[in-house]
Amino acid sequence: MSTTDGPTLIPDAKAEQDAITRESNRTTRGGFFAPLADRWNRLSRPQQWVFLLIVVAIAYALPVLNPPLITSEPGNDWPITCLQMAIFALVAVGLNVVVGYAGLLDLGYVAFFAVGSYTAAMFTSPDSPYLHIPYLWTLPVAMAVAMFFGVLLGVPTLRLRGDYLAIVTLGFGEIVRILATIIPAMKGQVGFQNVGHPPGTAADGHPIFSNSNGTPWYWLTITVLIVILLLAGNLERSRVGRAWVAIREDEDAAEIMGVPTFKYKVWAFAIGAGIGGLSGALSAGATGFINNQKFDVQTSILFLAAVVLGGSGNKVGAILGGAVVAYLPLRFTAIADYKYLIFGVVLVVLMIFRAKGLLPARQRLLAYGKVTYARVAARSRAEPPSTAGTKIEGTAQ
Amino acid sequence: MLSTLLLQVPMDDSWISFDIPSLMQNFWSATFDGLTFGAIYGLVALGYTLVYGVLNLINFAHSEVFIIGCYGVVFTLTSLGFGPNVPTLGPLAIIGDLLLALIVGMIASAVTALALERVAYRPLRKRNAPRLAFLITAIGASFAIQYGIFLVRGASPEPAVTMFQPTPIFDVFGTIVDSQQIIIVIAAIILMVATDQFIRRSRTGRGIRAVAQDPDTATLMGVDRERIIMTTFVIGGLLAGAGALFYVMKVPSGVFYAGGFVLGIKAFAAAVLGGIGNVRGALLGGLLLGLIGNYGQILLGNSQWTDVVAFVVLVLVLLLKPTGILGTSMGRARA
Repeated sequence: MSTTDGPTLIPDAKAEQDAITRESNRTTRGGFFAPLADRWNRLSRPQQWVFLLIVVAIAYALPVLNPPLITSEPGNDWPITCLQMAIFALVAVGLNVVVGYAGLLDLGYVAFFAVGSYTAAMFTSPDSPYLHIPYLWTLPVAMAVAMFFGVLLGVPTLRLRGDYLAIVTLGFGEIVRILATIIPAMKGQVGFQNVGHPPGTAADGHPIFSNSNGTPWYWLTITVLIVILLLAGNLERSRVGRAWVAIREDEDAAEIMGVPTFKYKVWAFAIGAGIGGLSGALSAGATGFINNQKFDVQTSILFLAAVVLGGSGNKVGAILGGAVVAYLPLRFTAIADYKYLIFGVVLVVLMIFRAKGLLPARQRLLAYGKVTYARVAARSRAEPPSTAGTKIEGTAQ
Repeated sequence: MLSTLLLQVPMDDSWISFDIPSLMQNFWSATFDGLTFGAIYGLVALGYTLVYGVLNLINFAHSEVFIIGCYGVVFTLTSLGFGPNVPTLGPLAIIGDLLLALIVGMIASAVTALALERVAYRPLRKRNAPRLAFLITAIGASFAIQYGIFLVRGASPEPAVTMFQPTPIFDVFGTIVDSQQIIIVIAAIILMVATDQFIRRSRTGRGIRAVAQDPDTATLMGVDRERIIMTTFVIGGLLAGAGALFYVMKVPSGVFYAGGFVLGIKAFAAAVLGGIGNVRGALLGGLLLGLIGNYGQILLGNSQWTDVVAFVVLVLVLLLKPTGILGTSMGRARA
């Protein structure tokens, strides 16, 4: 049907049904993993739980299994590779709240990661003259501090529309990095050594959480990741999540419909920042050392690439994207030098050919809930595409 | 042991200090230097402002358009025999070589800008992509170009190129103004006035203003929108290339793969300060930001502060007057 020439047709029932079919096609059949997603949605709830448990068990066993083909190259320790993947996945889940759910482009996300890292380091490292607290306590503290910075940055800038936010966050990322260099208390390039770790010693007297053994850290990170996923999933399905999607799709319309857009944007920003801070604290603990060199714009863009690659707005996609972005340079060390170039090109190419990423978000059906989703999916499966329009008409009556 | 030692070290809380006497002492030299940098910011800011006016897009990759112009200038000058030392050529020969470098830089930047438009932005426009997609593409393209340069040229800056020995021209309030500063500021102002007049008076300029005001109506009135967009990118590229020559003149060893990035953000801040989408605003914002950055740097006593000051100014402007000093509209600038 042409929409460019001649007067617009009055939308009749047929056209409406076509639109519904198109919509359902778009939402159910998008993605490289569309058949998988379809099959997933056909499973009953208990089956899904069992399957999820298996996936989680495999995820936990990953550093121990060390699968031959996908293991990292000899120079890179496999458990630490797993840890990097988990941390990137956690960061991507956090950034996904900001970019994917609420549609706010944050180009300085690494700043929150840095805030979390520095919080953990300054409260635990012997190099820091301040109050010392046990490492595990720094996780919530880092979250809170990062959230505070998120609100601090969000309140003035989120009143602005769209584009400016991108450049202001980019600037904020740079400011945090520069301040880490200038302020003597942050120790610039010298940084902080011996950042704390969770308590506990193994049988041989060495601490369980050491900087050379990634496995316990990986387990800790992945546990945190699962908790965050559950929380983020609940948020996504709540009133807050619906408000975010509404803001992302059309801010004016959302405002007119009575969504307090500013409030929810600040929430998205703060929650995203909190998760960023949390992952920063985990990363600082696992590495045991931080200085001002790690928190540059490039890392911010890598985080963004992870979210966009996985499918902005889809938390499973974010995990996948984060893991892939961390994994590829460690698996194929030959491309490690090219990673920024590659992910830069990936961003451009994805936006042109596949703006929804590997696992597209199911934004349009989110509001209607899972029941509707299953119904539409079942309907479009039941009929061959050519007659889908008329048959749906029949069932709808 | 180490920790107890560190605990006894008094924490230095004077990480920020205001060195007002130094600012007073260096006020005029900071002013002239700031104006010189400001002129360069202004030239780059024009590229942001023009594209934003026409497409409502922050062209993040404009900083890479600029840095490619810098490489064009440096390569031309090196192949003409310029080096770190002051060249021993006659003034006419130097002027000729500089003009050649200017032209090469402008063409290099314009070609990059045009390629960017064709490869990255046009496919998105065709499929009516959301704004977020444009921004992500822009930042991705900026990155790809930056690291493309990195892979070819490495991390270290290009060897410095000295174009001529700045000679003192006159003396204001006891501060010497040299020929370099005069050349940069005057040339930049001439270029910007020419651009302004082009957009206000020429037929293409009218087309640019029309598309900025209302793309659909402009198309209906017979303006070729695609051609106008391409022209806008080319003009932005040409000006960035010119800015590149002056940048190399002012900061001979500042040409490296990420050199454009921070300058680009500052130029964007300048564009917003003056009123994004407004051609005269870019000039005003550029000069102001150059001054503020330089004063801030001397006041706070560390060159890294320039960037922080620029960002803080950007945030303040966005908070207090998001439309900038001269207002944002290119279309409504003149009926």
